Amino acid sequence: MASVENYVARIEGTCGAEKDVIVVFKYDKKDEAIDRILKKAQLKNCLAGIIFELAFNNVSFRVYSSGKAIFRSIKNKEELFKILTSLLF
Amino acid sequence: MDPYKIREDFPILKRKINSNPLIYFDNAATTQKPRQVIEAISDFYENYNANVHRAVHTISLEATERYEKAREKISAFIGARDSSEIVFVRGTTEAINLVAYSWGLGNLGKGDEVLVSLMEHHSNIVPWEIVAKLRGFTVEYAQVHADGTLDYEDFESKFSSKTRIACLSQVSNVSGVVNDVKRIAKVAHEHSALMLVDGAQSVPHMPVDVKDLDIDFLAFSGHKMLGPTGIGALYARRELLEKMGPFQGGGEMIKDVSLSQGRETCDITWNEPPWKFEAGTPNTSGAIALSEAVKYLEQIGMADVLEHERLLNEYAVKQMQKFPKVTIYGSSGLSSKCGIIPFNIDGLSSHDVALYFDNYGIMIRSGFHCAQPLHQVFRLQSSARASFYIYNTREEVDRFMEVLQEIEQL
Repeated sequence: MASVENYVARIEGTCGAEKDVIVVFKYDKKDEAIDRILKKAQLKNCLAGIIFELAFNNVSFRVYSSGKAIFRSIKNKEELFKILTSLLF
Repeated sequence: MDPYKIREDFPILKRKINSNPLIYFDNAATTQKPRQVIEAISDFYENYNANVHRAVHTISLEATERYEKAREKISAFIGARDSSEIVFVRGTTEAINLVAYSWGLGNLGKGDEVLVSLMEHHSNIVPWEIVAKLRGFTVEYAQVHADGTLDYEDFESKFSSKTRIACLSQVSNVSGVVNDVKRIAKVAHEHSALMLVDGAQSVPHMPVDVKDLDIDFLAFSGHKMLGPTGIGALYARRELLEKMGPFQGGGEMIKDVSLSQGRETCDITWNEPPWKFEAGTPNTSGAIALSEAVKYLEQIGMADVLEHERLLNEYAVKQMQKFPKVTIYGSSGLSSKCGIIPFNIDGLSSHDVALYFDNYGIMIRSGFHCAQPLHQVFRLQSSARASFYIYNTREEVDRFMEVLQEIEQL
């Protein structure tokens, strides 16, 4: 059964007024997760091969080659899971 | 002091993150632990693990002896008059909550005021606001200047006959600014108010003497000074501890619980301080390991710890000021600061900055650092924070600058 949990180790709300959400991919699945995301999302910019600025369904986010992603303006956990499911499967 | 020699005692510093050597610049959040502290915990569990104070058998007596010796060590480290003035707690937060509840519930009421500053960590704001709602007193906030320094005139002008306690951090966890708590304590006492100092960012980084500062309460955490998590201490003057009611009920904090003659109630007599405030089985190994951390710091010397951090801070700030997109917050008076540098980079959120550094194995903090009101003073969404300790080196700062330059050029 395809599940976001196959790729995601932790989801953390950031501390700060921005209310961003950080998604931490499982270490052994991070490269596969990033590959899948890059195939689905629109690449806006690639900074030094470390940060990928992406957009998907009007949601902007950044993926880091270290296996973390930072999502902005996410309304709730359900919306985040919906986007991650679309991006990863 | 020799940070290169010190580093040999810290196993974690040999770790690599994303194939890069770990550079740990998040010391204001928590510090790494030397072998001596890690071994003190193992030694406890391998050789004399037992509950303290309650038994006559050999290893319980050994554990009790070591636990109380740890209290003596920590008491001497901050210049307390007696080890009975040291209450073991989980950390700074619990220490301040203990005062807010045990002293606050018994001594504060409608018409009274508690005076805090706007630069406080949430731990020195929220407990007072919670108890204020229970007891009907008000919490007054003293202003902070735009550069992050305390507005002493505003703080002092807010004292009145209603003020019962002033609460101030000795070092800001956001800006690293050192506050003159001795000056505020003097004014507090002139108004017959008590003085509580949040020492979470000062006790680990500089010499602190409660007698010299003439303060009534000092709260600090073990994990920010090489000790384990889940252990810290509250210093309080003995006469205050004697008058204060207990914080939590349970074992150890009572002297006697007896069923009243002919009644279905219990008569309870509290234990003596500090045990009156240590309900339940304490974090024995934590306290013993914290005393080992104190021993380690004493061997270096706290004046040298402070000097090392200030030199690193100065070295880093001077280089960071050359980056046009980098804004450093807080006072430019480096002599009045500890090794904490809050900053942002134009066009990037603090979390992006922290994640970029993370990619190179450099650990820094991002966010509010549990001090949202101060970020409102600075008009910031959040900030990135680099903070140094005894094992950090100039070479690490140089590597930080290389990555900073890369980020600025994105």
